[in-house]
Amino acid sequence: MPASSFISIQDVSKHFGSIVAVDDIDVEINRGEFFALLGPSGCGKTTLLRMLAGFEIPTRGEIFIDGEQMSGVAPYRRPVNMVFQNYAIFPHLNVFQNIAFGLRKDRLAGDELKTRVNNALSLIKMKEFGERKPEELSGGQRQRVALARALVKNPKVLLLDEPLGALDKSLREQMQLELRQLQKIVGVTFVFVTHDQEEALTMSDRIAVMSAGKVLEVGSPDDLYERPQTRFVAEFLGTMNVFDGSVHARDGDSYIVDTRDLGRIRAGVGAQEFSDGEKISVALRPENLKIVNSQTSEDIDGSVSGVMSNTAYFGNSAQVYVTLDGSEQALVVSIQNQDGAASNVAHGSRDITIGWSRSSVLLLKDA
Amino acid sequence: MSLWTRFPLLKGYALVSPAVLLMVLALISPLLLLVGISFTVETGSNDEWAFSLANYEFFFEKSHYVNSLGRSILISTMVACATVLLAYPAAYFIAFHVQQNKMLWLIMITLPFWTSYLLRVFSWKLVLGYNGVVNSGLMWLELIKQPLDYILYNTNAVVLTLAHAWAAFAILPIYVSLQKIDKSLIEAAYDLGENRFRTFMRVTLPLSMPGVVAALLLVFIPTVGDYVTPKLVGGPKGLMIGNLIQAAFGRLDNWPLGAAISVISMVTVTLVVCLYLYGIDRARRLMV
Amino acid sequence: MSGPPGKFNIGWLRGYTVVYLIFIYLPILLLPIFSFNDGIYVAFPMSGFTFQWWAEMVSQPGMHKALWNSIAVAVPVSLISTILGMMGAKALTSYPLYGARALTGMFTLPLVTPFLILGIALLITFKNYGINLSLFTVGVGHVLICVPFSLFVLLSRLESFDRSLEEAALDLGETPWIVFWRVTFPINMPGIVASLLLTFTISFDEFLLAFFLTGDASTLPIFIWSQLRFPVKLPSVLALGSAILVVTVFIVVVAELLRRKGSTRSTGKVI
Repeated sequence: MPASSFISIQDVSKHFGSIVAVDDIDVEINRGEFFALLGPSGCGKTTLLRMLAGFEIPTRGEIFIDGEQMSGVAPYRRPVNMVFQNYAIFPHLNVFQNIAFGLRKDRLAGDELKTRVNNALSLIKMKEFGERKPEELSGGQRQRVALARALVKNPKVLLLDEPLGALDKSLREQMQLELRQLQKIVGVTFVFVTHDQEEALTMSDRIAVMSAGKVLEVGSPDDLYERPQTRFVAEFLGTMNVFDGSVHARDGDSYIVDTRDLGRIRAGVGAQEFSDGEKISVALRPENLKIVNSQTSEDIDGSVSGVMSNTAYFGNSAQVYVTLDGSEQALVVSIQNQDGAASNVAHGSRDITIGWSRSSVLLLKDA
Repeated sequence: MSLWTRFPLLKGYALVSPAVLLMVLALISPLLLLVGISFTVETGSNDEWAFSLANYEFFFEKSHYVNSLGRSILISTMVACATVLLAYPAAYFIAFHVQQNKMLWLIMITLPFWTSYLLRVFSWKLVLGYNGVVNSGLMWLELIKQPLDYILYNTNAVVLTLAHAWAAFAILPIYVSLQKIDKSLIEAAYDLGENRFRTFMRVTLPLSMPGVVAALLLVFIPTVGDYVTPKLVGGPKGLMIGNLIQAAFGRLDNWPLGAAISVISMVTVTLVVCLYLYGIDRARRLMV
Repeated sequence: MSGPPGKFNIGWLRGYTVVYLIFIYLPILLLPIFSFNDGIYVAFPMSGFTFQWWAEMVSQPGMHKALWNSIAVAVPVSLISTILGMMGAKALTSYPLYGARALTGMFTLPLVTPFLILGIALLITFKNYGINLSLFTVGVGHVLICVPFSLFVLLSRLESFDRSLEEAALDLGETPWIVFWRVTFPINMPGIVASLLLTFTISFDEFLLAFFLTGDASTLPIFIWSQLRFPVKLPSVLALGSAILVVTVFIVVVAELLRRKGSTRSTGKVI
């Protein structure tokens, strides 16, 4: 049944022989959204993207794009275009011919074709490069040509398969911003696949986190980072300290939770409800932990003591690794390097106490 | 939904089917027919045929035929070993010690393979003949008084000529397998204290064995059935099973016999190949 | 030269390789050398320079007919085998076919079966179905041995060919048939031309299958074979052989350069 959203992926599965690459996925994507499929390699994100493009046929389920059912529609008849992971620039054609490749069918008058290709070239700031051969282009330029070649077709959806994966780090950061701006200008729905959580967090409106063929959570970057619902998402996005625990009781606006490593602690009540005795995971972001000493004035609802085993210095911040007393587990604490705080810690006493506020303790369902 | 999208592999089978059809019609079914005919004899004058093992009995009764097959296997084994031994150092040199113009060397080495087989074999007759290049050259230089009559028309001439004619079949697979070897493996062996020879024996040679085996088989199998070389340079002592097969189809006009000799040859070659592969496998286990 | 330690025997290896190359080339080079020798025997000392044998070769009766027959077989054979080879290579590289290994194995069969046996098996088949021997039956035999060559040249070419280029073209709205002509064919052009040239030479030079499968019409190698019986014809056979060698070498060098250069550009590898 056609859904109200722009792209509707309904109960889609894809099997390759006995391997289940995509396992019963439902995702709705809105018009004009910058949507990320995020997950480790082999989680099925690329297969899902290729099913949107029409290169793979779902074993089960339906895909609708702008209300139209896509099953049985060949790739060359779909209103989507794709930017390939290696860009797939035709080596026997120059930049202009590459961008004009998909316009042959539109039977444009010579002038109009030129205008459209030149507009696309100026959109990617490569006006002067029309005559260049692909082997003369840098990685970043190839990526832009691939973008222009797809966008010049005015697709309803642009699919991007690890679009920045082949670029080096500084270029990647620059292209993240450019892609985001480009999407704002053209207003096309972007669906992109990445294994890089930082990339997904900085670029997307919404993210679907995938693992083992399933979509675990869908949400905005801050939703997923601040309020993850599952242990996998909590650990996959950023650094997270996770402990096993069980709910002791609910006490007003907080839960009382027993853990082996942290003892009995309090956690604020969030979106999820838990019953007494339920096995859960307790998660704490390193940046929400503080080193407690005599001058600490902030609200501390819980604390644990341990021995500092290691520090990693990042310039603007530092991570302190603490081995908890009476436990093998290490705790990661991130501290801002204000007024040389990091080196003070590094050279201070090795026995320290770590504290946190009740609201920063996250409780996650799947223990 | 069309048939093509429902069964995406159908297109692949459709594309490969003409070539498969060709193989079935022009290779498999002719070979089966050959086997079939080998079990027949002509019973009457008006093209009547009956099932019979007579051709096979005839073959094994004549020591002449059996010996000829044995000699062919022996000659081809010598050819395969000689070709591989001669080709290995050259392939090794190109794979490891040529940095620039690798392509040029490869083309140079494989080029003669593409020229006419007949002419390549024939040229050896010119080299080794009684009044040939070697004899006349040596006499001209006054190193010998009489032409050497033992260099042509014997087994050695056949081996030499075949080792030359099939050189490319040995050098290419060996080169490819050497080229694939990660150079850092060899450096690792040096680093672990092995000298050049031991490194070659323990790393390079075992890793290039697939190429060596492919080369041995690619030379051994086709040369068993060679007809042109023994005919031109073999003489009566260098005749091979291929000449007998040809004679059965030509002079003797006994096709069923010729078919039977062909089948016996193919079966024998297959058995010998299995034996060799088993032996190589055993040797490799002992070596490493 | 980034050789491993102990470079002393690299010079030895190089020397050996050069000797080996001489061993490979010398016998064949005798043909052109002695085709200009003013004498009937291929023997030293050489007697003098002459164009006589080349002139005799050109005017030989039967030679032109045989040359024409060879071309009439080799051109269609190279076209048909390259088309079949291309289709097969495309199928094997683009589709995860069941039994792909068995198919590949089957295609190597004509290369590892002695041509003599292929020849007589085909001979029996043609007789069995009442097909008269002619240039057509020679052509069938040649297509059988040329398809594997074409297939393997194009397989290695297509294996290094980036399939996402085809997907990109499909994605940009072209049907599979047009994608083949706008993307696959032009990018793999060097491999296709190499296949055409190589299969042409194989068919043009092939003797044994033609020996069994030709009827009254003879191809060039059959013509040469028949001339070898007459010692007086030997020098003009040398001239004819030399001419064939020169043409073959030229075609093969062009084909190899195309094949390797083309594949270097798209993959950066030599082979």
